[in-house]
Amino acid sequence: MTLTPGGTAHRRTLRWQTARVLAVRDETPRARTFRLALPEPRPHLPGQYYVVRLTAPDGYTASRDYSVASPPDDTGEIELTVERLDDGEVSEFLHDVVVPGDELEVRGPIGYFGWDASSPALLVGGGSGVVPLMAMLRHARRIGRPDLVRLVVSARSPEDLYYADELPGPETTVIYTRHAPPDAGRAVGRLAIADVAPLVRGGETAYVCGSSGFADAATHVLIEAGVQVQDIRVERFGPSG
Amino acid sequence: MAGITRGFVGRRRERDSRLPPGQYDARDEWPVLHAEATPNITTDRWTFTIEGLVENTVTWDWDEIHALPRSRYEGDIHCVTTWSKLGMTFDGVSVDTLLAAAKPQPSATHVMAVSHTGYTTNLPLDDITGGKAWVVWDADGEPLSTIHGGPARLLVPHLYFWKSAKWVSGLRLMDHDEQGFWERNGYHDRGDPWTEQRYQGD
Ligand SMILES: Cc1cc2nc3c(=O)[nH]c(=O)nc-3n(C[C@H](O)[C@H](O)[C@H](O)COP(=O)(O)OP(=O)(O)OC[C@H]3O[C@@H](n4cnc5c(N)ncnc54)[C@H](O)[C@@H]3O)c2cc1C
Repeated sequence: MTLTPGGTAHRRTLRWQTARVLAVRDETPRARTFRLALPEPRPHLPGQYYVVRLTAPDGYTASRDYSVASPPDDTGEIELTVERLDDGEVSEFLHDVVVPGDELEVRGPIGYFGWDASSPALLVGGGSGVVPLMAMLRHARRIGRPDLVRLVVSARSPEDLYYADELPGPETTVIYTRHAPPDAGRAVGRLAIADVAPLVRGGETAYVCGSSGFADAATHVLIEAGVQVQDIRVERFGPSG
Repeated sequence: MAGITRGFVGRRRERDSRLPPGQYDARDEWPVLHAEATPNITTDRWTFTIEGLVENTVTWDWDEIHALPRSRYEGDIHCVTTWSKLGMTFDGVSVDTLLAAAKPQPSATHVMAVSHTGYTTNLPLDDITGGKAWVVWDADGEPLSTIHGGPARLLVPHLYFWKSAKWVSGLRLMDHDEQGFWERNGYHDRGDPWTEQRYQGD
């Protein structure tokens, strides 16, 4: 086990801070991106997340984790992309109530699922699991090293694809599980070895993110495609209700 | 005190009183969360050592630790990533039994739990004595699977589960606190689920 790469070793206190919502925009009919200004910006590693805490007038709170979608930069701002879950306490609130000018308590960045852009990365995401991987791709493009990254995104249909404008590129592969556009060049179906095997170069770290079921399936596919199990990092987005 | 979020009232779904704040019941699922790849530690290679500020450094192998008096934990477990599992059963040996053989020196106040993978996590000695911690190899009557830390893991169920080091290889007794893997990465030094000691500063 390697204990250091990707982690931010820090002893500092992760204090709550009050972020201001600068902008809200739709990624898909069910996913929305929130741009937040942080009074105390802290550098994140692409892949890390923030905790968002909501507080009711009587002190009741609900907190959930959301990956940073934006690359690290010097704007003092971050973007979170949130999928709306039916009857989801926090995601429905963020979608239905929050508008620019609102304040949200956040804390971060947190997490070991981070890529420091020092070595090649194979990224495999499903659904909202693409969010932290998008931060990695954006970072790679921003620093002029898109060659370090291969991103495979699994989406149900074109309407469900996050960051559709930004994704196309030599680094990216989109697979559709239910409905594909006519020019997709691949039949609909779940992630398979054939999707991943051509992208395995040897020596990369694989970052897998999505629901627990997607994460397990993708991990199997990666191992069958020749990625060593110790080179696979996984982030699971379990609902928390 | 937290600032009030405009427009938020909350759902307040009915909650099991065994769930600490911010936790949900994972029911039949037992999520797997560890930063490192799953190692394969066979029982013939597994050992457990207590060292540091003790009168005797003691190492048990698989057969030796199984020859000690058994101890069972029946209750709940809580992961910092917000799942809890209620009514689990774990079988193994009490850490009290192991420490009795090693005899901590009076100056020992903290321990570093260490794993065969290199994973570490720190604990106050008080949190693993007095019937509060175990080294376990069975979960719900079955051998602990590798992904859950088998062949044996530490079990400190009153703290968040990252303290219950998987693939545990021993305890090092110290006269001071020192951060382990997740604690250096921002997690809390103690990790009490009931007061939500999730991250440094809670
Ligand atoms: C490290 C990490 C990073 C993450 N990053 C992202 C991200 O970038 N984007 C993203 O969208 N999500 C992300 N998530 C998931 C996110 O944290 C939340 O789990 C998600 O938004 C759901 O929260 P919620 O409050 O909306 O739903 P919850 O209220 O927690 O409910 C979840 C689901 O369970 C159901 N449910 C809950 N309680 C009940 C009940 N009593 N009875 C019946 N049904 C119930 C709800 O219908 C809902 O569909 C991440 C999670 C982790 C752990």
